[in-house]
Amino acid sequence: MKRIRTEPQLHQDGRQPSIIHRIWNTPSLLVGSLMFVVLIVLAVFIPYISPYHPSEQNLSAFLQPPSAEHWLGTDQLGRDLFTRLIYAARTDLSIMVLAEVVPFCTGVFLGMLAGYYGKWVDTVITLLTDTFIAFPFYLIVIIVAFASGAGERGIYITFMLVGWIVFARVVRGLSASFREQEWVASAQTLGLPGVRIILRHLLPNVLPQAVVVLMTDMVGLLVAIVTLGYLGIGIAPPTPDWGTMISDGQSFITTAWWLSAVPGFAVVYTGIALSLVGDGLADIWRKK
Amino acid sequence: MSTSPILEIEALSLATKSNETLVDNVGFSLNKGESLGLVGESGSGKSLTLRAILGLLPHGVRQTGGVIKSEVSSAMVFQDPRGALDPLCPVVKQLAEVVYFRQKVSRKASRVVALELLEMLGLPDSLKRTDRYPSQLSGGQCQRIVIAIALACKPGILLCDEPTTALDVTVQRQIIETIARLQQELGFAMVFVTHNLAVAAAMCSKLAVMKKGQIVEHGNTLNVLQNPQNPYTQMLINSVLPLPELEGSGQLWS
Repeated sequence: MKRIRTEPQLHQDGRQPSIIHRIWNTPSLLVGSLMFVVLIVLAVFIPYISPYHPSEQNLSAFLQPPSAEHWLGTDQLGRDLFTRLIYAARTDLSIMVLAEVVPFCTGVFLGMLAGYYGKWVDTVITLLTDTFIAFPFYLIVIIVAFASGAGERGIYITFMLVGWIVFARVVRGLSASFREQEWVASAQTLGLPGVRIILRHLLPNVLPQAVVVLMTDMVGLLVAIVTLGYLGIGIAPPTPDWGTMISDGQSFITTAWWLSAVPGFAVVYTGIALSLVGDGLADIWRKK
Repeated sequence: MSTSPILEIEALSLATKSNETLVDNVGFSLNKGESLGLVGESGSGKSLTLRAILGLLPHGVRQTGGVIKSEVSSAMVFQDPRGALDPLCPVVKQLAEVVYFRQKVSRKASRVVALELLEMLGLPDSLKRTDRYPSQLSGGQCQRIVIAIALACKPGILLCDEPTTALDVTVQRQIIETIARLQQELGFAMVFVTHNLAVAAAMCSKLAVMKKGQIVEHGNTLNVLQNPQNPYTQMLINSVLPLPELEGSGQLWS
């Protein structure tokens, strides 16, 4: 007989089912993390997997179709596409993660301040986020990337400036709703300092949602990194990057379509993996 | 009998920002160890009055008049015990935290005091050994934790905002008895907001009946219940459903 379960069952003594049990029952999280882990493992061990160097040219074997020697063929300079693809994952994924650290922390912190204190703190922070939101995202990204010079540094600076907004908005809303809940009010009247309420009580409560947003936001960030690379104001050419790879392969789209399609697929793959992880985490935390 | 009251409220008025009066000219006083019941229908301003004493008015409500003079600290027991606890923090930790900040003792000592409070509230020993979160406790246990947290402030006045409304009938009784026992042991004064006249009668020596933000009747509990002057009080008393076997005995409140 088929058992239909909607809620995780409670143990006999009323404990919640264990965290492992809950993860096991969330296929999107499992699949998503598996996809992501595969990518990370490849990126970490690529020097041992591939005999080629990502910028090693071999002009006698350019634009070759996939074969046993070159799993995904070679590009116009005879570089191994698979090797470049995974080395590009190294660059793009590490930039993606690093560029999210500062915006995530500032966004969550400012969001909590705005939601918890309200009044003028909220007004100022909301004004800031609304101003940034009013601009098209890519316009800001391209302007700042140009102004701060192409390359990794530009990406970091851009996202430090604009990346925190999405977190601030989500966390502000959450904090404001928690603030209306009795336990926050009660903690205030019980004489706990505001800093402690924010860090020890508010933060754990808003963090799950913020992490879910982080996962979706990373997808957007990855696409932005790739777009900048594609436009030629992202990562500088010798370093492999999916964006530059797509743009380089464009000239050969009729004869060697995989040159652009494969890095494009890599972006989609990573995006799906992160979205599934985000979805799965949201599911787990909702069931709580 | 010449002790001065520890809480005095004179002509307290509360209104929304758009000047809609919520509480109008409410006044009462409380002596040490005394308990006052505030009864009345929903929306009559009972809870708001209580929150005003604590300085915890909701957004958009402000005090438009009157004075609240209080010589001692107060702490509140909330209507919804689960909502009054941080869902992601172990309950004992929350209790110890309040002890730490209010009683100014070391972290270690605060935990010891917290465990003593647990014992005092009759909570099971298992709480001491394993971290339990509010969602893992029953409503009654949560309410005991909330009471323990309130007591950790060593309040002169315990403000109870319908502490039993969200609980089972049997648990209600246990909580009421616990509060009554603690009051005897610790001697705090109490303002007890409730819908339930029977609870108010059991717990409080004085009773104030509120309607539409005003106190319509105020006095000794027995006097008010046996000899209600205001038609609204009369109505409240009549609205209590008697148990079938007591019907006709006419001795509900003796």
